[in-house]
Amino acid sequence: MAKLPKGGLSRFVAWVNGEEVVDDLKHGHHKEKKTKAKYLPHLTMEQRLLGYRILGVLICSIFVLILLATVSKLPTFGSPNNPASNEVVERYIESGIEETGAINLVAGMILDYRAFDTFGESNVLFLAVISVVMLLKRDRNNFDEDDEKILNEDIDLDDEDDNIILKRFTMIIFPLITLYGVYVILNGHLSPGGGFSGGAIIGAGLILFDTAFGQSAVRKFFNFKRFTYISVGCLLTYCACKSYSFFTGANHLENIIPKGIPGNILSGGLILPLNICVGLIVACTMYGFYALFTRGEI
Amino acid sequence: MEISEIIQILLLVFLIISALAVSFYKNLMQAILIFMGYSTIMSIIWLFLESPDLAITEAAVGAGVTSVLFFLTLKKTHMLEGTRDNG
Repeated sequence: MAKLPKGGLSRFVAWVNGEEVVDDLKHGHHKEKKTKAKYLPHLTMEQRLLGYRILGVLICSIFVLILLATVSKLPTFGSPNNPASNEVVERYIESGIEETGAINLVAGMILDYRAFDTFGESNVLFLAVISVVMLLKRDRNNFDEDDEKILNEDIDLDDEDDNIILKRFTMIIFPLITLYGVYVILNGHLSPGGGFSGGAIIGAGLILFDTAFGQSAVRKFFNFKRFTYISVGCLLTYCACKSYSFFTGANHLENIIPKGIPGNILSGGLILPLNICVGLIVACTMYGFYALFTRGEI
Repeated sequence: MEISEIIQILLLVFLIISALAVSFYKNLMQAILIFMGYSTIMSIIWLFLESPDLAITEAAVGAGVTSVLFFLTLKKTHMLEGTRDNG
């Protein structure tokens, strides 16, 4: 990636105004060649910068005013007459445990009543990670020898550092973080938490592990192939699990999966497997973002 | 006034201060650190609003992963001071 030019803002302004900055190679020094600005050509650079600042403040204030006006029109917080407290919420609260088998009603909502929406959210996350892989993964189009040299130097510098505090601390805390993440995922239908939060916790733990021990340590149990298999497999499992309610008309009348006793760990029908799927996808995605942003490889 | 109410008001004041401070700090690294603080305060406020689900997610994503991604973006664009790339 090219180094940012000095005085990035003035360069940016020049670019916005359609002025070109040309390097004069013959005379060995940089010379700025200005073409005429398209809009308001009589203004100087300082006047332009001031204009941009004033315009920025103006636009921001207008947005703030619009948002504040909207907030003042919102119904009061927690009032029983709010439009949100309608028969849908009543149904959820009164018969949620009976119908979904989950004590944590939020999990019951997002993974049973509204599971299709959550599937869409997982897909959004998956699409985001695909875009990041497309943009940042190392290949011959965006990576040359200079980049490789810099990267190898970075890795060598990291290896030279002992980082004894970071490494010891990670050895102690990484298992605890992972265990807590697994607990949050597996108890998603009983206590606060669920697939997304637990997955984010495990992903953060993996990032810490990567920072302390380097990518070669993570590669021993997690590589790009496994990343692909886990993400795609979990999404397909989720899709297959949730398809039954659409094939039976989305009315939950012919549910073949037993609900179990609410409160047990094996209860809540499909909520537990769906939580595990979402958690694995999120953990993979979080770590994938980190690895791709740092080195362009998982 | 109960203690929990006082704590909530204090937290909201901190929230507004840190939200304003993020936009006024020139140093991007410090702005990210304040943004982390903002997320942490927000997650405590979620707890007071009785939505622990959101509190866990906010703490893990807002304070953890987002900040790491911000740091990496700064490194990638060579804007981080004190590293090999920039002085």
